[in-house]
Amino acid sequence: MIYLPGLAVAVAAFWFALSGQTTPLFLLLAVVSILATLWLCARLGIIDRDASPYHLAHLLVLYAGWLVVEIFKANVVVIRSVLDLRQTISPAVVKVPPDAKTDFGRALFANSITLTPGTVTIDIAGDLLVHVLHEENSQPASFALMNRMAARAADGWE
Amino acid sequence: MSEVVTWIGSSLAVAGALAAIIGSLGVIRFPDFYTRTHAASITDTGAATLMILGLILISGWSVLALKLAIIWAFIMLTSPTAAHALTNAAYGAGERPQLGPWRLFDRDRKEAER
Repeated sequence: MIYLPGLAVAVAAFWFALSGQTTPLFLLLAVVSILATLWLCARLGIIDRDASPYHLAHLLVLYAGWLVVEIFKANVVVIRSVLDLRQTISPAVVKVPPDAKTDFGRALFANSITLTPGTVTIDIAGDLLVHVLHEENSQPASFALMNRMAARAADGWE
Repeated sequence: MSEVVTWIGSSLAVAGALAAIIGSLGVIRFPDFYTRTHAASITDTGAATLMILGLILISGWSVLALKLAIIWAFIMLTSPTAAHALTNAAYGAGERPQLGPWRLFDRDRKEAER
C-alpha cells in the first residue's frame, strides 16, 4: 500500500506550495487539514492505483505537452471563424468510438476533445457524441491521432 | 533583461485579454448553444493560458509562478468538465444543435427579409 503515503506527501507538498507558512499554528492546521483530506479520500475508496497513476506520470506529461500544442492550433481556427464575417461554419454531430478501454482513458479523451476549441463532447454513454464547428474536421481521421494518444497515455503501451 | 521579460509577459497578458474578448464576441455571434460553447472555450483555453503565461513571466521564478501554474492546471482540468456538463444537460433537456452551413451575413439577410 504505497498509495496512502504517496497521497499524504503530495497533499502536504501542495499545501506548502499554496501557503508557504511555517509557524506552529499553521503547521497544526496543515496536519489537521491533510488528515481530513486523507480520511475523505479513504472514505471515497479512491486511494488506489486508478486514482494515483504514478506509473503513467511520464506518459501523461508528454500527452499534456502535445495537447497544449493541439489546443493552440484549434484556437487559431476558431478565432478565425469568429473574426471572419464571411466564413461559413458547418456545425455537425459525429460519433467517435474511443480506443481507450479504461474509464480514465475515456474521460481523458472526452475531456481533451472538449478542451480543444471547435469540438465539444455532448455524451459519453457508449460512443462519444461530439459536436464540431467545422464539418470537415468531423471525419474519423481527425480524431484518430488524439484517440490513440489518449488511449496510450491512460492505459499504457500494450 | 528582466525588463524585456516583463514586457513580453505584459504583451502575453494583453494578448490573452484580446482572446477573451474574441471569445465573448463569438458567444454573441454564433447561431446556437453548441456553437457558442466553442467560442466560450477560446476564453477557457487560449485566453487563460496566454494570461497566466504572461503573469508567470512578470512574476519571475517564485512561489507565485508555481501557484499560477497550479491555477492553470486546475482550469485545464475543470473547464472541460464544466463545458461537458453544460452541453450534456442541454442535450438531455432536448436542445438540438443547428446543423449545416451557416454564415453571419446570411442570417442578417433572412432577418431583413422578415
